Amino acid sequence: MAEFLQFLFSGLTVGAIYALVAIGFTLIYNASDVVNFAQGEFVMLGGMTTVFLGYAGVPLPFAAVAAVAVATAVGLALYRFAIETAREANAVTLIIITIGASIFLRGAAEIVFDKRFHSLPQLFGSDPIRIGGATILPQSVVVLAGALIIMVSLWAFIDRTLFGRAVIATSANRVAARLVGIDTRIIVGACFALSAAIGAIAGVLITPITLTSYNAGTLLALKGFAAVMLGGIGSAVGAVVGGILLGLFEAFAAGYVSASYKDAVAFLVILVVLFAMPQGLFGKATIERV
Amino acid sequence: MLGNLKIAAVLGAGLATALAAGPASAQVKIGAVLSASGPASFLGDPEKKTLDIYVEDINAKGGINGQKLQLVVYDDGGDANAARTFATRLVEEDKVVAIVGGTTTGTTMAMIPVFEDAQVPFISLAGAIEIIQPVRKWVFKTPHTDRMACEKIFADLKARKLTTVALISGTDAFGKSMRDQCIDVAPKAGITIATVENYGPGDSDMTPQLTKIKAAAGIQAVVNTGFGQGPAIVTRNYRQLDIPYPLYQSHGVASKQFVDLAGPAANGVRLPAAALLVAEKLPDNDRQKPIAVAYKKTFEAKTGQPVSTFGGHAYDGLMILTEAAKRAGSFDRAKVRDEIERTKDYIGADGIYNMSPTDHLGLDLSAFRMLEIKNGDWTLVPDSGS
Amino acid sequence: MSVLARLGRFRPLLRHRLISLVPISAVILVLPLLFSSAYYYRVAALVFIFAIAAIGLNLLMGFAGQVSLGHAGFMGIGAYAVAIGPIHLGIPPLLSFVLGAILSALIAFVVGRPILRLKGHYLAVATLGFGVLLAIVFTNEANWTGGPDGMTVRQAALLNWPLRGAETWYWTLALSFLIGAALALNLVDSPTGRALRAIHNSEIAARVLGVDVAQKKLMIFVVSAVYASVAGSFFALLNGYITPDVSGFLRSIELVAMVVLGGMGSVTGSLVGATVLVILPQALTSFHDYEHMALGLIVMSVMIFLRGGIVPSLAGVFGGRRS
Repeated sequence: MAEFLQFLFSGLTVGAIYALVAIGFTLIYNASDVVNFAQGEFVMLGGMTTVFLGYAGVPLPFAAVAAVAVATAVGLALYRFAIETAREANAVTLIIITIGASIFLRGAAEIVFDKRFHSLPQLFGSDPIRIGGATILPQSVVVLAGALIIMVSLWAFIDRTLFGRAVIATSANRVAARLVGIDTRIIVGACFALSAAIGAIAGVLITPITLTSYNAGTLLALKGFAAVMLGGIGSAVGAVVGGILLGLFEAFAAGYVSASYKDAVAFLVILVVLFAMPQGLFGKATIERV
Repeated sequence: MLGNLKIAAVLGAGLATALAAGPASAQVKIGAVLSASGPASFLGDPEKKTLDIYVEDINAKGGINGQKLQLVVYDDGGDANAARTFATRLVEEDKVVAIVGGTTTGTTMAMIPVFEDAQVPFISLAGAIEIIQPVRKWVFKTPHTDRMACEKIFADLKARKLTTVALISGTDAFGKSMRDQCIDVAPKAGITIATVENYGPGDSDMTPQLTKIKAAAGIQAVVNTGFGQGPAIVTRNYRQLDIPYPLYQSHGVASKQFVDLAGPAANGVRLPAAALLVAEKLPDNDRQKPIAVAYKKTFEAKTGQPVSTFGGHAYDGLMILTEAAKRAGSFDRAKVRDEIERTKDYIGADGIYNMSPTDHLGLDLSAFRMLEIKNGDWTLVPDSGS
Repeated sequence: MSVLARLGRFRPLLRHRLISLVPISAVILVLPLLFSSAYYYRVAALVFIFAIAAIGLNLLMGFAGQVSLGHAGFMGIGAYAVAIGPIHLGIPPLLSFVLGAILSALIAFVVGRPILRLKGHYLAVATLGFGVLLAIVFTNEANWTGGPDGMTVRQAALLNWPLRGAETWYWTLALSFLIGAALALNLVDSPTGRALRAIHNSEIAARVLGVDVAQKKLMIFVVSAVYASVAGSFFALLNGYITPDVSGFLRSIELVAMVVLGGMGSVTGSLVGATVLVILPQALTSFHDYEHMALGLIVMSVMIFLRGGIVPSLAGVFGGRRS
């Protein structure tokens, strides 16, 4: 039983990390139908910037805020100079643009930061919480809470504010949105900025557990993308549930099947779910217009 | 159709010009293909920094045989295919005299045929034993083999009367190679490996694997083979789960940064490492002390980062090469190769080298020291008779 | 009559589907005159290898409109087939080559049917998972594949002519590329090709017209897998060594980038995309530490300003026809 609990806690820890990364994909996709492969780099920027500002003597809370600001600026720049300039481009072109952006950001991180691994102190100390013979780090709870808080805030934002309605309108039909007076450029730009901010917050929260380095973004983006598709793209709830489930699949595969193949098992399960539910768990069924 | 013809012509011309090599120079060129970026950048970056620093240093002191050295470095990003292309480029285009490089075993093995065919001396910076076994005429290496690391760890375990061991390894090349060697060496060393677990090099939580190890019966110690961030996370998880047995890390941990990252969890962890990591703590009569301390001080001063044994491998490789060139009195590739092979009693940052026609590594077990982490710093464990 | 007017008699020939291969062949024949060492031959050889894989992926993505983020997995199958066959199973390299292609086709057939029911990003993640799965298998099954360190690949010989040396590879691969391109161009212009383009436009409309959508998608998936497998086998033979990252996620992304950069739906585009992405890392070494920033910037700029891909955009400028 203690073993099962430990696998569960491990899965929740890793799952919360994936969930936090996955949410970042949702907003940009909702606003512009773009899957932003540079999302992992925003997470990396959040963590690395905080670490390096910390080395430079800035107290960590301020460093974290500054890091989120930096990432938001980068997100805006990405939108303004890459995505907006390339409007009317088809989906695959936009994906390649975001991939180019992620290569660029990684290359910049190589130079601005360094190539070693770094960590941040855990928010509530490193003494593990013991439950039923298994242990979980307080930071894991923080990450989980962070994911839930952001998910709820995002939902409230989209569903309850005027700005959020504008986002829904923009994603439903951009031209119609413009016709009713919504400046879609501001909407989509804001969504990029917000996604970058969410990514950076994720980075600050997860770095005490995962450690960070200039190329930490790639693997996170990969797992985040898989999580978001499992949950159904476009749904914040789906992103969080998808992330947690992916973490759980991996942990139980590592515990009960084979640790070398845990990623393979997790992907296999995703494939099986997608065959049964081709829109993901919470995805909206799309209507195909002929 | 005309559009296509124009495109094809433009691209063809573009291809040729883009690849045009720089102006030829009379300097002696030394080549390096390193994984300065990508998954192995933790190893390749200190290697590159070391080569940059010391080639500049050598030139400032007048060069070798009266000639200045020019370092031509390419970054393969950890990709064996890219490494091979750069190897061909170094040999055919840059016409280098010798190469120090090949951060990983994969990149090294992919490049070896190029250097053997072109008859250019190659000093590899990768760990696996098959780089020099079977011995290839033009291929040498400076890092200890992972086999030696296993032997060192097992000798220490034996001395502490711990004979049943669990292994937890990264599935990356470094982790797996050392795991295989440990499994191979264990019977001869009198050690029984009861359980083997794996984790991915990018994983953030190894508690499932460690839980299984904790639940296994009869384990007396745990050995973690891996490099980069994995060992730090394993160490933290180890303490999180309150596993009572001693934990051993590997030389992949490489620098003081591991101690910082693992935090208080690292207390009591032992690992085999080159003398370089504890340079200042070596007894004054230790022959490696002056060189190790000098390298450590220079590296740390010039880069602002803690010294890394991987950088030390590059330092030794470069020095062995330049010493051989000095002895040969020229940069003729065959003569340099012969002199590299004749390296005897060369005191390096990572060990004392004695090469021979049948041993293109030249290190023995004494090149490894057993370290223990106490209160956030390294301490030397007195030699357990290896 | 002016020269141009007389040449006008050849106009119908210019519309032949294989015409784009003529200037390409001309460049291939002439290029070696500019090569001053084996290095250039090797880079060109790599360009052909990736061009072959890119053509296959282009058939899937550009013509049939299905996205695959795991195509390097099939390259891996071809590569490891040619490595494992001779060393572990005693099968001669060229037979292993063919068996690898057959194996890829079979796996594509089995995996394709369920996977191709997914659409858009869901198909992307499914193919991604497939590629990742294969990469994990290659990394872990060390007894067969040599594990993360990889394994050596024995040299192949074509009817007693050993395939070694950058020059030999250049001509062999150039020929293979031309054959692959010709087959692809023929396919595109055939009823099957037109059915594929109909599917790309709208699956429902195609179905209404009587096209067996599922079967056609599966067929093109299998064909593209075989192209990738062939490219992978050549890759392993050229290098004499193979590591699991031949089928890794980053390799798959590289292939997709080649197709999109060069121009989806353009066979010449696949060659251009492959050329750009193989040559850029070599050309950018002079940027030293800035080479990745430069690469990212170039990829972004090309996609932003040459939105449809290099060949279609440039063809538009020069007034030529898309091929």
